[in-house]
Amino acid sequence: MKKAAKENSMIWNKQAECMPAGERRSLQLARLKAAVKRTCDAVPFYRKRFGDAKIKPDDIKTLDDIRRIPFITKAELREGYPFNMFAVPMEKIVEVHTSSGTTGKPVVTGYTRNDIDLWSEVMARALSMAGATEKSIIQNCYGYGLFTGGLGVHYGAHRIGSTVVPISAGNTKRQIDIMLDFQTTIIACTPSYALYLAEVAEEQGIDLKKLSLKAGCFGAEMWTEQIRTEIEKRFHILALNIYGLTEIIGPGVAHECPEKCGLHIFEDHFYPEIISPETLELLPEGEKGELVLSTLTREGIPMLRFRTRDITALHREPCACGRTLVRMERITGRSDDMLKIRGVLVFPYQIEKALLEMKGIEPHYQIIVTREHHLDEIEVQVEMSKKLFSDEIRKIEELRRKIEKKIEEAIGLRAKVLLVEPKSLPRSEGKAKRVVDKRQL
Amino acid sequence: MEKVQQLSIFAENRPGRLEKITRVLGENGINILATAIVSTNGFGVIKFMVDKCDLALAKLREAGFTVSLSEVLAIEMKDKPGGLHDVVQILSEKGVNIENASVYVAESRKRAYLLVEVKDIEKAKQQLKNSGLTFLGAKQQAPA
Repeated sequence: MKKAAKENSMIWNKQAECMPAGERRSLQLARLKAAVKRTCDAVPFYRKRFGDAKIKPDDIKTLDDIRRIPFITKAELREGYPFNMFAVPMEKIVEVHTSSGTTGKPVVTGYTRNDIDLWSEVMARALSMAGATEKSIIQNCYGYGLFTGGLGVHYGAHRIGSTVVPISAGNTKRQIDIMLDFQTTIIACTPSYALYLAEVAEEQGIDLKKLSLKAGCFGAEMWTEQIRTEIEKRFHILALNIYGLTEIIGPGVAHECPEKCGLHIFEDHFYPEIISPETLELLPEGEKGELVLSTLTREGIPMLRFRTRDITALHREPCACGRTLVRMERITGRSDDMLKIRGVLVFPYQIEKALLEMKGIEPHYQIIVTREHHLDEIEVQVEMSKKLFSDEIRKIEELRRKIEKKIEEAIGLRAKVLLVEPKSLPRSEGKAKRVVDKRQL
Repeated sequence: MEKVQQLSIFAENRPGRLEKITRVLGENGINILATAIVSTNGFGVIKFMVDKCDLALAKLREAGFTVSLSEVLAIEMKDKPGGLHDVVQILSEKGVNIENASVYVAESRKRAYLLVEVKDIEKAKQQLKNSGLTFLGAKQQAPA
């Protein structure tokens, strides 16, 4: 079945996705120059920024000149709430979306008709990688509404002509019924929700192998290769990684092809750079750092050098799929949610990877960080499973110590492992909350 | 040689966990014959010998607990001074190591059983052949 999904994978826009690198750079430069000019003309924030940095739009003569443009952060975008960062009059805006706003006022993004067209195009490219065609039935479990996930996938499915099932998030029982009855072939949701769906379906005695599902586009949260393997094994599908963010366009900035060697960034529209989050210097190709994105064609709310806070690396070696688009590694952390524990940088991802390398551990865990007597402590709560359980407490204790050792090897710090009862950790229907930081810093 | 079955249940070491387990057993008319609780580092394993093993296993699983059923030896002891000593002495002579143990008092002041968990129950059975010990069987574990 996986093989079939791979064979189904198609290149939606060969001309754009397989363009020779040199040709694409010329296209990017032309688009960048126009974007800079357009943005500075229309948005006072950028005009002032350029003035403060003593540069003019005309100073951007090569792609490398992009480095002269100051970065923009989420905090700065928020100050423009709600519409001050828009580059077109409101009558040109046909749709708005916002970020979740969990850390303050949300960021508002506005789309012109052309922006919706662009979004449909990049999402069509993304879904095609997962094998979507006119014949596909796409169950879209991303939330519809202000969140970009739902409508982004929706527009891409429309562009291809697939049948989209706009079920949105939640109501897991119904998701499973629909999946069975409608013979869904492609699912789009967060990876943690996919695992939750599998768990609920298995509880109901449904054989997941009998579903018509062939592939899934999973994203909107960080995940690991181990979780991919788990999803692929449980559902017997091809599990691919999708990346995007509200500030740039929503989902559809990048997507994995079935070669699974990184996510192809649609760089004819979104220009990527990798910087060191500490020094803000540009890093050489292949090195891990923070992803910075600029939109080359957005009209509603153009973005020049937006700091995504997502940690990744870029690779340009040719991909077996034939696309010449740059590939980004799966996100392995956020420059703003990396935990600093006793002075050591820890990414929750490292702990997850260590856990899932051990047989029988369910991918449900929570990391609790506390500070007692001025000393940071990490506790990792791991759910007991049928596979791990033994009637001999000594064996369970051995297992607990083994997990502790494995985590210590991964992060270089001692963490306390607490085994908890099955299904006692919170399950999410959206982004999983893996870290609870109780320190009063 | 006969053996009986014992339930092992994984539980977090926090208030209310045992209460939840005993409620499941009580509500389903399952009688607890013997109990042992072992706990360490934030979790514990609760062991029960009950009269309706399969029902208990099913109901506890339904309630979301991680449970297993394992075989133990139930060796008859006289419920009088020296009763435990007599049994343990034989086990020691025959080289049987006790991993965990608990006691089931069948008739107060008359008859009790030492429930013994061993690493290899088949081997222990061989070792205890002709030991003169009396064992409780599955039939006697089931409700009368």
